[in-house]
Amino acid sequence: MTPRIVLTVAALTIREASRRRVLRALLGLTVVLLGITAFGFSRIDAEFSGLTTGEAMLASSVVLNLVMFGLSLIAALGTAFLAGPTLAGEIESGMALSILARPVRRSDVLVGKWLGLAAFGSGFVTLAGLAHLLVVLATVGYWPPNAAAGLALLAAQTTVLLTLALLLSTVISPMASGMVAVGIFGATWVAGVVATIADMLQNDALARVGTVSRIVLPTDGLWRGAMNAFQDPGLLGRAADAMVGHPFLSQAPLTPAYLTWVVAWMVLMLALAATIFRRRDV
Amino acid sequence: MGPLSLRPKARPADRPADVDQELDLPASPALWCSGLAKRYGKRTAVDGVSFTVGRGEVVGLLGPNGAGKTSVIKMLLGLVSPDAGDVLLLGEPADHPRARARVGYLPELFRYQPWLTAEEVLDLHVRLSGAHVPAARRRECLAWVGLSDRSSGRVGSFSKGMQQRLGLAVALVADPELVVLDEPTSALDPVGRADVRDILVALKERGVAVLLNSHLLGEVERVCDRAVILDRGRVAAHGTLTELLGGHRVHLHLDDVGPDALRRLAAAGRVEHENGSFTVTLADEGDLAAVPQLVSDLVTLGVRVHAVEPRRMSLEDRLLGILRTGREGAQR
Repeated sequence: MTPRIVLTVAALTIREASRRRVLRALLGLTVVLLGITAFGFSRIDAEFSGLTTGEAMLASSVVLNLVMFGLSLIAALGTAFLAGPTLAGEIESGMALSILARPVRRSDVLVGKWLGLAAFGSGFVTLAGLAHLLVVLATVGYWPPNAAAGLALLAAQTTVLLTLALLLSTVISPMASGMVAVGIFGATWVAGVVATIADMLQNDALARVGTVSRIVLPTDGLWRGAMNAFQDPGLLGRAADAMVGHPFLSQAPLTPAYLTWVVAWMVLMLALAATIFRRRDV
Repeated sequence: MGPLSLRPKARPADRPADVDQELDLPASPALWCSGLAKRYGKRTAVDGVSFTVGRGEVVGLLGPNGAGKTSVIKMLLGLVSPDAGDVLLLGEPADHPRARARVGYLPELFRYQPWLTAEEVLDLHVRLSGAHVPAARRRECLAWVGLSDRSSGRVGSFSKGMQQRLGLAVALVADPELVVLDEPTSALDPVGRADVRDILVALKERGVAVLLNSHLLGEVERVCDRAVILDRGRVAAHGTLTELLGGHRVHLHLDDVGPDALRRLAAAGRVEHENGSFTVTLADEGDLAAVPQLVSDLVTLGVRVHAVEPRRMSLEDRLLGILRTGREGAQR
């Protein structure tokens, strides 16, 4: 691997993302979501007098996770639609020709693209997520127990999805790769919710669907880890039975084994994308 | 120089080019390819193409649409994997990225990052090439292709012609020893085409090897040392332009041609005549300077000279002839 090439392509990718309309669209959606968050939490605060401390904490945790889900969805859509056209689109338009005819390895170009997209996506999620947490702190005075870990897991979720979109863009058309990546992301989230309900119903076969989907595409697993980091830790202890199966509360933090798998998954997907890209005629 | 079957010795991976110069080894060709073949599904696009481009040589790659020219160029640059065949770029096996370090390329489908300025596109390519090119040289390069006043303009706002000029600057910016130009004037107006011709002449003077794919045969004829003609994926003909086009001919319309005058005509070259019309294919290939002396000698020998018309077969006529002959042969 040649760091000069990887970093040059990463810088180019970040510059592309920041100069194209995607950034403006992402910022616009984030501002709208921040406005909704501020309004929603101010309403919770207004109703606070009628709620017990535990109820207020529950409401804040659930609504925060709901808002963060919205944010992760914006980040997922943004990065998947950035990552999708990046290889397939450049090959289709001919933009890749002059770059790949330089003394560069295609794997370096791919890793550079990935690094640039990951930095852009993670940077966006971290900053926008932090802005949401500050809005919640200002309105209801709630600060998550493990905000840094939660934001890091959201950034990892975005990175996993863009890795999938990048892999897809080595084999299918620009628009299709973004759409398929977002489609699989949504299906995995639904599988996760189904598995949570299956847990509540003690249906092992159905619960296994969630486990498998979290291994095949770790976005939902990382999302559940992020929710766990954002919610009040005493919540499940106080109302454990009522909270089982709730789509916006998570039962347990992520295990080191799962986090190791996430890293291995990304390395495997990148290696697969590099192999396909190296063999592709442009 | 025609297609070669023997593979030139590639430089060992651990020995830089300047060591070859110190050892006084003969320089490897700028480009060598042998037996290149490519199929897309059932269609054979390229079938056993071999040729070389010597150091400092300008070679035209010609042929009709669909002859496989762009596929060959893409295989030379590692953009398309050949099904068979070998390529050496500047003495290095082309499957190693390092082989392309001193190679410039203007693709037929030229497109550059629309969100960057022309200057930023050049900066990007300089960084990717690993060459050290000072900022002043980059600006010179943009000026060379006529874009000095648009250097800070976004590529997205450029016309097609300006983008092609930028592509030319990209191909030239990293101090290349070999430049591959695939239809470099397809989007240019006559002024732009003349500029490209001047650039090709300047590259030739600097000793930069060029492989030029162009449909503008007049330009190829003016600047190329040799041409390789492709038809249906194969090399249909190759050679220097004199080899391909034959020597210069002179048509003369004469009266009162005696035996001495006939001998003088025969001394100038091969003579064909019908009534008063004589065609002399000059023995001294390409030297039209002998024509005034020939006319003067004929007048001295009492010949009445009505008309003198130096001629050479155009590359277009020759290309059409080669392609038609090849197709008739294939039909039989």
